[in-house]
This record gives sequence, structure tokens and C-alpha cells, in this order.
Amino acid sequence: MAPVSWYLALGAVLFAIGLAGVLVRRNVVVMLMSVELMVNAVNLNLVAFSNLHAHYTGLVIALFVIGVEAAELGVALAIILAWHRHAGRLDADGATLLKG
Amino acid sequence: MLADRLLWLIPAFPFAAFLVNGLLGRRLTRNAAHWPALAAVGLSFASALLVLRHAVEHTSWQATLFTWITAGTLDVPLKLSADPLTAVMLVVVTGVSFLVHLYSVGYMHGDGGYPRFFAYLSLFTFSMLMLVLAGNFLLLYVFWEAVGLCSYLLIGFWFHKKSAADAGKKAFLVNRVGDFGFALGILLLIASTGSVDYQRVFAMVPQLPPATVTLICLLLFVGAAGKSAQLPLHVWLPDAMEGPTPVSALIHAATMVTAGVYMVARCNALFSASPTAMQVVAVVGTATAVMAAAIALTQTDLKRIMAYSTVSQLGFMFLGLGVGAWVGAIFHLFTHAFFKALLFLGSGSVMHAVGGDVDITRQGRLARHIPWTTTTFVVGSLALAGIFPFAGFFSKELILGAAFAGHHYVLFGFGVLAAGGTAFYVFRAVFSVFFGTREADALHPAPAAEAHGGHDDAGHGGSGHGHGAGGVHESPWVMLAPLVILAVMSLVAGWPLEHGFAEFLGRVLPSGEHGGEVPGALLAEALAIVMALAGLAFAWATYQKGAIDPDRIAGSWPRLYALSKNKFYVDELYDAVIVRPLLALARGALRFDLGAIDGLVNGVAAAARGWGAALARLQSGRVRDYLSWMALGLAVVLGVLIWR
Repeated sequence: MAPVSWYLALGAVLFAIGLAGVLVRRNVVVMLMSVELMVNAVNLNLVAFSNLHAHYTGLVIALFVIGVEAAELGVALAIILAWHRHAGRLDADGATLLKG
Repeated sequence: MLADRLLWLIPAFPFAAFLVNGLLGRRLTRNAAHWPALAAVGLSFASALLVLRHAVEHTSWQATLFTWITAGTLDVPLKLSADPLTAVMLVVVTGVSFLVHLYSVGYMHGDGGYPRFFAYLSLFTFSMLMLVLAGNFLLLYVFWEAVGLCSYLLIGFWFHKKSAADAGKKAFLVNRVGDFGFALGILLLIASTGSVDYQRVFAMVPQLPPATVTLICLLLFVGAAGKSAQLPLHVWLPDAMEGPTPVSALIHAATMVTAGVYMVARCNALFSASPTAMQVVAVVGTATAVMAAAIALTQTDLKRIMAYSTVSQLGFMFLGLGVGAWVGAIFHLFTHAFFKALLFLGSGSVMHAVGGDVDITRQGRLARHIPWTTTTFVVGSLALAGIFPFAGFFSKELILGAAFAGHHYVLFGFGVLAAGGTAFYVFRAVFSVFFGTREADALHPAPAAEAHGGHDDAGHGGSGHGHGAGGVHESPWVMLAPLVILAVMSLVAGWPLEHGFAEFLGRVLPSGEHGGEVPGALLAEALAIVMALAGLAFAWATYQKGAIDPDRIAGSWPRLYALSKNKFYVDELYDAVIVRPLLALARGALRFDLGAIDGLVNGVAAAARGWGAALARLQSGRVRDYLSWMALGLAVVLGVLIWR
């Protein structure tokens, strides 16, 4: 079995890729996908530590996260749909109605 | 006891009338506002006569209502006191007030503020009566201020006229200066004697250090000078003529302005103990008498001449007080109240007749159109000039005689000079207005419009009197009756002097230092009357016969003429020395307020707004910007955690 640091490194790389995707891309769907990548990086960490400590808590939390994530995706996709109908596009930078 | 209750009743009547007219005037009394006021003052007058009779038998008594202030050892009851001095003042105040009320019924007829006028008049009568009845200095001070307030209200009665409003303000402010001194004097009295009660204070005078007594007297005299328009605080009185003429007669001639004289006479125990203060009173009085008479010589507005005449006569009273002629001063106050009220009401009657302010150079030969006014006015003028056997003769002789007998020869000389000037200026007015060489403008049809121009000054604007060529008309009987009564009083008021009046007042006022006859006193008194006759004759020759050209005399001494015509430039001096620097200071303060104070407050607000505007740019509305900040924050937190 690979040492835990490998899992952590993979998680960090996935998280960084997700973060970069969120910050760099403007398409909201891609941004959502990047967010999913970050969430799953975290999940990877949870599972890795759960395995390391032979404790199920991390596993359970990861399962919960996946469940909540599914709900969150439902809401997020609904917002994206509404936004697309309203503005006719999926560019996140165009949504500046709350500009100060 | 009846006499005690009487003391409270006298001021209570006018106060009740004030409440009725003040609270219900607009709705209830309206054009019948004079009835409660007249009834109240009439009842007060009757009560005052009863008090006078009681005072003849019992000399003095007090009536305490309740304790007003108790602070430490200081105990101030609400106490009225009566003695011969008070009794005389009460009769003068209520008597003249009643006649002025009566006169006002005709004079103020149709004025929009009719009930307000009578409310103020009643309030004034109440305050003045309380002032003379007050049994201690604190009560005196309260009503001293109250009459000042009434004076302010009545001078500015036609408040929509700027000059009247300004005159009211000026009177109030100048009086403040005097009242400040007065207040200091009372405080010093409290500090040094621990009491404000007349009897207790006067009893303690011998134990006080002379310097303290002098200082108290001088401070009290500052108050008297303010109220009684003595140099250098005389400037408000001539301007006070902006008020309705009955007000000028009552407040600014007969009663309120004599409050200073009354107060000094009341404090005779204090003043007698301080020769320095007496000297100051006498010198200020004489200087005022001479200067005001000199100004009156060249004024052309009838009411203004009378105003300066009042200032001058008040100066005479202070001269009398200063040389120890206490009885003489109060007697002059007594006679002056009648003839000066008469002259003012007469002036008002002339204004009523010609429909506006009276410029004596534009009047003439009014005598046959307004015979009653003319006759009474001449009687008043004779009394003012001090011609035998009119009232002014007796009182003025008493004062000048005392000045001579007390070896105050310089003061006596100036007094005689002022007496001569008095006779000249008042008969200059008489000849110019009622007789003279030219006809009044109002008697000609052409300047009818002009005559109407000044009409509202007389206070019955829009009342629909016809003031055309033939419009010069005699006043109604309600105005003439007071004139006739006052004329009779001006004739006979001097006679009771030898028949008990002097003895009556002498019970509370010291008789002065001149006990026996001084050689030459008779000659001195003769000199005074000769001067008066000379002044009269000179006025006759100048303004009746036309034998002397007044313009040529004025041309011979242009400087002196300008000095008199411009009232010795006192107003200009005050304007330059006090008013302008004060205004400059106020403007500076305004700039400081707008710049520094407001700048500070506005600066705080502007800074908040600036920061807000700068920070608002962070809120771009773009999700990615927020995410970038979050990522940055995360990186910082991580960095700190790792590198710590």
C-alpha cells in the first residue's frame, strides 16, 4: 500500500488544479466542475486519513460530503440555468449586479 | 388688615386686566379691550389714593405674602412696603397710567393690535407698581427687568416696522448694560450685608467700609443711568419714540424712566453715606441735563425734542439727588410726570391731527384748527420751562436752589443754562407748530399724498380719517379729556409743595445739608427764572416775530450746530467703538464656526465617504475576484501556519 503522503500529494495537486480552474475559467459550468474537483480532493484526504488511522469517521464524513455535494449540485445547476435564461450566457464575469 | 391687602390689590388689578386681554384679547375683548384695562387702572388709582391717605397717618407699613427664597442666611420674602415715597409714586403711576389708557382708546382706535396694546399697557402698569412697592432689592430687580421687558414690547409694538423693532432692541440692549451694573450692586449688597431687605440693609450702612458703600452706590447708579437714560446710556430713549405716542408718554416720560430716580431716592441712606457717589450722581445728572437740552435745541421731530427734553429733565432730577435735594428730585419727578405726559400726549394729538410724524419745520399756525391741543400744550410747555406759577417752576427751583445752597456753583450754573435751553427748545416747538410765520403743509391741499405717506407712523393707519387740506381736525374727547386733566395738574401740581408735600416726603427722605438760608439764594432762584424767560423770549423773537434768523445763528457756529444736530455723535461713537467691533468679532466667530468647527465635522464625514468609495471598488460584483481574495487569504493563513 502506498504511503499516505502520496494520497495527500495527489489531493493537493487535485485541489490546486480545481482552484486554478475556478480562478481562471469564466464559464460557470467549468467553474462548477472545478469546485467538484476541489471537493473531491478534500474527500481523498479524508479517506486517506481514515485509512491511516483505521477509523471510519473520515470515511463517513466523505460519504456525507458526497451526499451534500449532490444536493449542492442540484441547487447550483438550477441557478446556472436561471442565470442562463436571464442573461443568455454562462460568463461568470458578466454577473456583476451586486457591484459596490 | 385692610391697608396690607390694599397694597396687594393695587398691582393685582392691572395684572388681572393683563391676563384677560393677553389670553382672551383676540377672541373675546377685541375692540372692547380698553374696558378691563381702564377699570383695572381706575381701581388701582382709587386704591393708591387710599394708600396715600393711610400713609399720611401711618407713614410706613409692610405686607408680606410668603417667603420666596431661603438660601443659607439669605431670606427673601415676597414683601411689599409702603411709605410716603411709595405712596407718591403709586399715585403718579396709576394716575398717569389711567389717563394714558383713556387717551389710548382714541389714539389706538382701529389698530390691529388693539387688545395686545392694552395687555402690554396693563402688564407695564402692574410691573411698575410692583417696582415701587417692592420691599427688598431682589423684588425691585425682578420688576426692574419686567418694566424693561414691557418697554421693549411697547417700543416695538409696530414690529413690522424695522425702525421700531430696532429701537426696541436697542432699548433692551442698552438697558442690559445698566442692569448688569445694577445686578452687581445688589450682589455686592448681599455679599457685604447678607440681606436684601431695605430696612436691614439701610440699618447696616454705618457698619460698612466707606469704599464698599461707594462701590455699591456707583453700581446701583449704573442701573439707574441705564433705566433713566443718563449719560452715557441715554441713547435708547430718543429712539424709543418709535413706539406709539401713549407709550412714550407713560413709559418713556412719566413713569418707567423715573425708576432710576426713585431707586436712588429709595437708597438715600446708602447714597448719603458716600459723598463720592453723590458727586458722581450730581455731575452725571448735570452733564445729561445740559447735553440733552443742547441736542433738543436743533432737533426737528416734535417727539424727539420731547424725548431729549425728558432725558434733560431726568438729568435735573439726578442733579437734585446728587446735591441732596431728595425731596426736590422726587417733587420734580412728580410734576414732570404730569407736564411731560401732557406734552407727549399733546404731540400725539398733533400727529393725529396732521396725520403722521411731526416735523416742526413743516408745521405752523395749527392753533386755530386744534385749539384744545394748543392750549394744553402751551400749558405743558410753560410748566416744562419752569414759568411761575406752573408746576415745573416749583420743582426746578427746589433743585437749583439746593444746588446753590450746597455751594455746588458750577453745577448750579450749568443747571441754569440747561433751564434756559429748555425754555428755548420747547417754545421753539410751540411757536413753530401752533403759531409762527408759515402755514403747515397739512393745511394745503397739494402735499396731501405726502401727509398720508407718514400716516401709519401715527399708528391708526387705515382707520379712514380724512387728512386732506381741511383734514386737520381736533382729536376726539377721549384724547382731549386726559390732556385737559393733565394741563390742570401741570398748573396746580406745584402748589402742594409748601402745604405738607415736602413735610410728607421729608419723613422718609433726608432734608439735605442746607438747613438755613444761604445769602444770595433768592438771587440764584431769580436767575433761573430770568434764564427761562430769556429762553422763551428768544424763541418768541426767532420763531414768532421772525426778528432773528435761526439759520444765520446756526451758520455762525457751524461746528456747534452740527454737534447738536447730530446728537454729539454718541450713536456714531458707539457704532464705531462697540457695534462695529462686535459685528466684526461675530463675523470672525462665524468664519471660525463655518471653517474650523463645521470643517471638523464635515471632514470626518468626508473621510468616511472617501474610504467608503475606495473600499467599494473591492466589491466588483465578479465572483472570481472574490474567489481570488479568498484564495489569497487562504494562502496567507497557510503560509503563516507553515512558516511559523
